Amino acid sequence: MLRYITLILVCQLAGEIAVKIARVPIPGPVVGMVVLFCWLCCRRKIPEKLEVVTGFLHGYLPLLFVPAGVGIITNIDLLINSLIPFSGAIIVGTAMTIAVTGLVMQFLNRRHPSRRPGQAS
Amino acid sequence: MIADLTHLWTYLSTTSLLWLTLTLAAYQGGQWLFRRLGCSPLLNPVLIAIIVLLILLQATGTDYQTYFNGAQFIHFLLGPATVALAIPLYREIELIKKAFVPIMITLLVGSLTAIVSAVGIAWLLGGEKVLLLTLAPKSATTPIAMGISEQIGGLPSFTAVAVVITGISGAVFGDFILDRCHIRDETARGMALGLTSHGLGTAHALQRNRVAGAFAALAMALNGLLTAVLLALLVGLM
Repeated sequence: MLRYITLILVCQLAGEIAVKIARVPIPGPVVGMVVLFCWLCCRRKIPEKLEVVTGFLHGYLPLLFVPAGVGIITNIDLLINSLIPFSGAIIVGTAMTIAVTGLVMQFLNRRHPSRRPGQAS
Repeated sequence: MIADLTHLWTYLSTTSLLWLTLTLAAYQGGQWLFRRLGCSPLLNPVLIAIIVLLILLQATGTDYQTYFNGAQFIHFLLGPATVALAIPLYREIELIKKAFVPIMITLLVGSLTAIVSAVGIAWLLGGEKVLLLTLAPKSATTPIAMGISEQIGGLPSFTAVAVVITGISGAVFGDFILDRCHIRDETARGMALGLTSHGLGTAHALQRNRVAGAFAALAMALNGLLTAVLLALLVGLM
């Protein structure tokens, strides 16, 4: 178990080092995710203990957002001042994104029916 | 007695233990309320926990830095949790291979729509530049969105709240929009919910259909990655 906790941290560290050296504005953990994905592609299977560690982390994923969310207290003035653009962008933007994504995927699947995995499984 | 209590509070309020414990307790309270009141997506446990903690901080006059000294132990786990998203992604590798071309095209169009619609609408409604940068990554899953927000000069805490509200919105009215657009293809429904509303959308899709759930998980992980890359490029151009 400790081995896979270490593996995840090593991937994250590699990601952090890579983005600092390359000076790209991509979060280090995102690059770490790619590193771990490549590692899995080489191994060709997910170790059982790694599943356990992941299950733990993702089981409490929503909780991990709480400390950052509370940080809104430091920007409460900005929230009150920009309530209309803030809520408008979120609600209308979300509706638009759902419609566009769904329509594009459905259209492409109809054009390539043989590639449609929804029917295969 | 009062003096003793004041003394105790002075000591406790500066320890990491108090605010760490209260964060866990507030979240569990939120979960309890969520289940108790019929799992309505409007009663998101994260939102409840944030509101409860904001009230506690205000009532006790505690500043965010003191709170964060305790809560940082939870916050730290966001990084490893992001790295670990590689596992659900790898689990769906056969599905990705089968529908590679439609997935990639949909991902690019959807990801751009999410960024442009958020930034464009906020700009039209008179939002400041910092708000636009804060909202840009709102469809990416929270640990990724916060990382991006910090990198491009937004406000990560604000982004976290925007991401949670985006997730709740998708779970609340996503099905309504998909039905109105006559989208019956479960892979398309899953892609739309996962790409737009990340973990909350994925959870919603999973309740409906296994295929929709798998595609939502896939869309969530890939969109997190693509949003980071697209915004790095777009901000680099500006």
